[in-house]
Amino acid sequence: MKEPVSSVKPAIHSFVDRFFGDAGLGDDDDMFATGYVNSMFALQLVQFVEGEFGVTVDSDDLDLDNFRTVSAIAEFVERKQAASSVAG
Amino acid sequence: MLSSSEIARRDEFRSFAAAEVAPRAAASDRAGALDDDLVAKLAGSGYLGAAIPREHRGPGMDDVTYGLLCEELGAGCSSVRSLVTVQNMVAATIARWGTAAQRDRWLPALASGDSVAAFCLTEPETGSDAGAVRTVFEDGGDDWVVTGRKLWVTFARRAGVFLVVGRAGGGPVAALVPREAAGLSLRPVDGQLGLRAAELAEVVLDRCRVPKANTLARPGFGFSHVASSALDHGRYSVAWGCVGIARACLDASAAYASERFQFGAPLRDHQLVRRMLADMQVATDAARLMCVEAGRLRTAGDPRSIEATAAAKYFASTILPGVTNDAVQVHGANGVDPEYAVERHFRDAKIMQIIEGTDQIHQLNLAEIALRGAP
Repeated sequence: MKEPVSSVKPAIHSFVDRFFGDAGLGDDDDMFATGYVNSMFALQLVQFVEGEFGVTVDSDDLDLDNFRTVSAIAEFVERKQAASSVAG
Repeated sequence: MLSSSEIARRDEFRSFAAAEVAPRAAASDRAGALDDDLVAKLAGSGYLGAAIPREHRGPGMDDVTYGLLCEELGAGCSSVRSLVTVQNMVAATIARWGTAAQRDRWLPALASGDSVAAFCLTEPETGSDAGAVRTVFEDGGDDWVVTGRKLWVTFARRAGVFLVVGRAGGGPVAALVPREAAGLSLRPVDGQLGLRAAELAEVVLDRCRVPKANTLARPGFGFSHVASSALDHGRYSVAWGCVGIARACLDASAAYASERFQFGAPLRDHQLVRRMLADMQVATDAARLMCVEAGRLRTAGDPRSIEATAAAKYFASTILPGVTNDAVQVHGANGVDPEYAVERHFRDAKIMQIIEGTDQIHQLNLAEIALRGAP
């Protein structure tokens, strides 16, 4: 079932904020430009998105614009869930 | 810790390793290559491509069971474990980021053993700073034109396909390069300290033409997602391989200490020997527990699995200097004789502290985790 974006963003924050601590990551802050993330983070983010929201991140989805900010991830999740519900 | 079915599989792997792997390990070490018959048996048993999903005609072994296989193969011969490691890390990466055409082309062949895979990341000037690879992917229309040198490529001499990581205009890029690609050549590397049967070679890419259709993921994601996925998978296997080395050292030392008499008593009755056995036992069990935990998290698709895998590999590799040193010490002068497996394990152990992330790189990354949330 599709989650509204309003509940998706808090869920994303609950995951990514662990990596950014007191940096106070805003919805539109570029995570990859902060210098706070290491080489493991990109894969962990993919695993989180797939596990938390029940979507599959394909190689075609690997576009920084889908993962750069909390807002971008939320929009990506919403698009994937909408596509999945149409296909299903 | 393990289910009854996992224990049954472990026992199956242990029997295979005892019958087919360990008896050939010393000869393979001397020859600098694995026995083709053994590789065929690995493939025939479904162990070579163990973790390849069933939908791609692989055995579809789950994470913990795959780990147990790596422990048992690693206890017998780390070079054999290396073959399985690289086969599955490349296959997993193709399964994860490959197109349907790439999966159909490569995964059944890797599952059956008709093809062997190699992973090409390290270069003469690029080791731990893997994101700084210098191999160049130039735009050649429908092809990439690839130029660079890749060092210490495990089982390159046996490989039919190479996962090569380099750099293009769009950033890091990874592509599958068939053995027969024009411009690809090998220079065998021999005489390493350990993993001597891993059939290493330098892979030279001299304006090697590779179809762009062989690219894994988009340019720009060749390191952050493709190479990192491969390394994560390989790291998990290597962690278990470390446990295998430690377990083999413990078993050999316990047996030797029971058979060898000095001062009128078996070594096992000497308290200083018992201390070494106790330390080996605890270290091995602790490392295995971390590996099992990482495996459970991997199966659950939990993002923490990546950190747990790194921690397991770090811990498992850092116990090896102590465990293998004690094993040699228990064996006395026999411990430095190639007729005793602990001599080979002692040499192989050093390699484990370097591959799939050096201990120091893991320390840096694990410290970041420890510092999260700190003021």
